[in-house]
Amino acid sequence: MKLAACINHVPDTAAKISIAADGKTIDKTGVTYVISPYDEFAVEECLRLKEKNGGDVTVISLGGDTHRETLRKALAMGADKAVLLKDDGVRDSFGVARALADELKELSPDIVFFGKQSVDYDDGAVGVMVAEMLGLPSVSVVVKLDIAGGKATAEREVEGGREVVETSLPAVFTAQKGLNEPRYPSLKGIMGAKSKPIEERPASPVTSKTELLQTQKPSAKPAGRIIGTDVTAVPELVRLLHEEAKVI
Amino acid sequence: MKILVFAEQRDNKFKKPAFEAVKTARMLADRLSGEVVAIVVGDNVQSIAPALGGYGAHKILVAEDGRLARYAPGAYASIVAEAARVQQATVVVLSATALGKDLSPRVAVKLDAGLASECTGLTVEGEEIVATRPVFAGKALTQLKITSTVKVYTLRPNVFSSGETNGTSAPVEKFSVSLTEQDFSCVVKEVKASSGKLDVAEANIIVTGGRGLKGPEGFGMIEDLAGALGAAVGASRAVVDAGWRPHEEQVGQTGKTVSPSLYVAVAVSGAIQHLAGMSSSKYIVAVNKDKDAPIFQVATYGIVADAFEIVPALAAEVKKLLGK
Ligand SMILES: Cc1cc2nc3c(=O)[nH]c(=O)nc-3n(C[C@H](O)[C@H](O)[C@H](O)COP(=O)(O)OP(=O)(O)OC[C@H]3O[C@@H](n4cnc5c(N)ncnc54)[C@H](O)[C@@H]3O)c2cc1C
Ligand SMILES: Nc1ncnc2c1ncn2[C@@H]1O[C@H](COP(=O)(O)O)[C@@H](O)[C@H]1O
Repeated sequence: MKLAACINHVPDTAAKISIAADGKTIDKTGVTYVISPYDEFAVEECLRLKEKNGGDVTVISLGGDTHRETLRKALAMGADKAVLLKDDGVRDSFGVARALADELKELSPDIVFFGKQSVDYDDGAVGVMVAEMLGLPSVSVVVKLDIAGGKATAEREVEGGREVVETSLPAVFTAQKGLNEPRYPSLKGIMGAKSKPIEERPASPVTSKTELLQTQKPSAKPAGRIIGTDVTAVPELVRLLHEEAKVI
Repeated sequence: MKILVFAEQRDNKFKKPAFEAVKTARMLADRLSGEVVAIVVGDNVQSIAPALGGYGAHKILVAEDGRLARYAPGAYASIVAEAARVQQATVVVLSATALGKDLSPRVAVKLDAGLASECTGLTVEGEEIVATRPVFAGKALTQLKITSTVKVYTLRPNVFSSGETNGTSAPVEKFSVSLTEQDFSCVVKEVKASSGKLDVAEANIIVTGGRGLKGPEGFGMIEDLAGALGAAVGASRAVVDAGWRPHEEQVGQTGKTVSPSLYVAVAVSGAIQHLAGMSSSKYIVAVNKDKDAPIFQVATYGIVADAFEIVPALAAEVKKLLGK
């Protein structure tokens, strides 16, 4: 079984975000970058599928040289091969999807995994866009997956429950937390990753369809009001919610 | 110009975000001298369709088929994209619900259109639509415009107002597309409802408990308060990771993003990843015994005290007010 996971290199979720001088992008100084958390679930699921069904796992990242770090981490977890689609510019989800789809068309895996969203621009779009570009079915926000008899049954999270979705293969999936528990790379994995290749080629040309105008910090909410420090504050809180906020 | 709105229904009822989307599209159309065409996809949905007129749709298309009763990504996308083509719509609006987030990227690719997802603001500047959307889990806001001819937007639920219906009805037309087998290569076989509970992603009021509640038993009083308020129960990741509550209740960066009218955070510290999921709530109440807990920085109203004393008293006071 040929498996692939597309992974992004993003600021750590705890990072403090400040806006760069151009007023559009973020200031990267002092920001630690990591593999996007959902993409870690994507890699893990591919590894588990490989362990069960045999095959190999390719991880792909589009971006600058720093993305090698994230590819290296996935190799240390157990991926077999890594591809860096070199691109130092900015592109939107459409542009990222196009380049990944071009690469995946060549590879033609049975299963392609994405994270449900990159925790940078939070688009939550690339995986399904790639599926559409490749003419493949997809199931997004997957919390459970079973593969049997050339078909996949996946559960996806929706409001108020889960949808059980059946799809033919090859197919694209996007991973949600709950799908699995990603492994830590073992020492052997980390050592082994050093000798695994990271292929590099230029990403196909940018085809972005959006233009970033500006980025700002959200306006700080006015400091909250402390109503009290014991149970006597409760009636006042309820009065405020009822009369001032009018939410109850 | 025309704006196509995908009005989401489930079990032949519109979801509130559908009205928000229609209303927002109408606001845009009025500024751009355009027209709003809404589309409803499902099985036997003709009877519910006229209601969209009351929120501003000029015309409503209905695509009905037994196979469309449940979401089928390929088929739904073919229908919406074809409707946009036939109507020559240059703007397509969907809700950023589970369904809308799955459908919109496919529609965008089919129409060779740029996508702005989870918008929290749409304004018209000159002849152009400027979208505002949170990025980096709400730590920043971007403004962007879509440069392709056709433009697709999804709207974060609960952010745009739907207002009340004005009772107007709009003409309803059948819309049919010949669907192929490939359009059904992926289908929803079954929907497992999580025990009829109100989902945090859809609730107007949420009461969330954190690790300070000491154990799953601590959630008894949270459920009681939620019951009194007609609220959904939410959970921090610490609580979900400890197995006290199911993952679908998790609010935050690796859980659900919510923006209810009222969010009550009990014994939740307010870690940045938690705030990412809830700081756009309209009113926030925090109950925490640590006055320095970061949750107080986003809270509208706070009580610095022991949750085990405050929550039962709060539930009682709410019941008194609401006559329960
Ligand atoms: C990649 C990543 C993603 C994450 N995603 C999420 C996410 O989606 N959602 C999320 O919530 N977290 C997320 N986290 C975890 C987050 O960093 C925090 O660890 C978590 O939110 C803490 O949960 P908590 O507030 O319940 O617990 P704690 O931080 O332990 O806070 C407990 C609070 O309860 C108070 N308290 C204790 N006893 C009482 C009492 N008797 N009465 C009143 N108050 C009391 C304490 O003062 C404290 O403030 C993520 C972390 C990472 C690294
Ligand atoms: N630069 C990238 N390189 C590789 N994969 C990416 C990249 N950006 C996004 N992805 C994948 O697409 C998913 C969704 O991203 P997004 O639509 O940007 O939120 C991510 O979880 C990744 O799996």
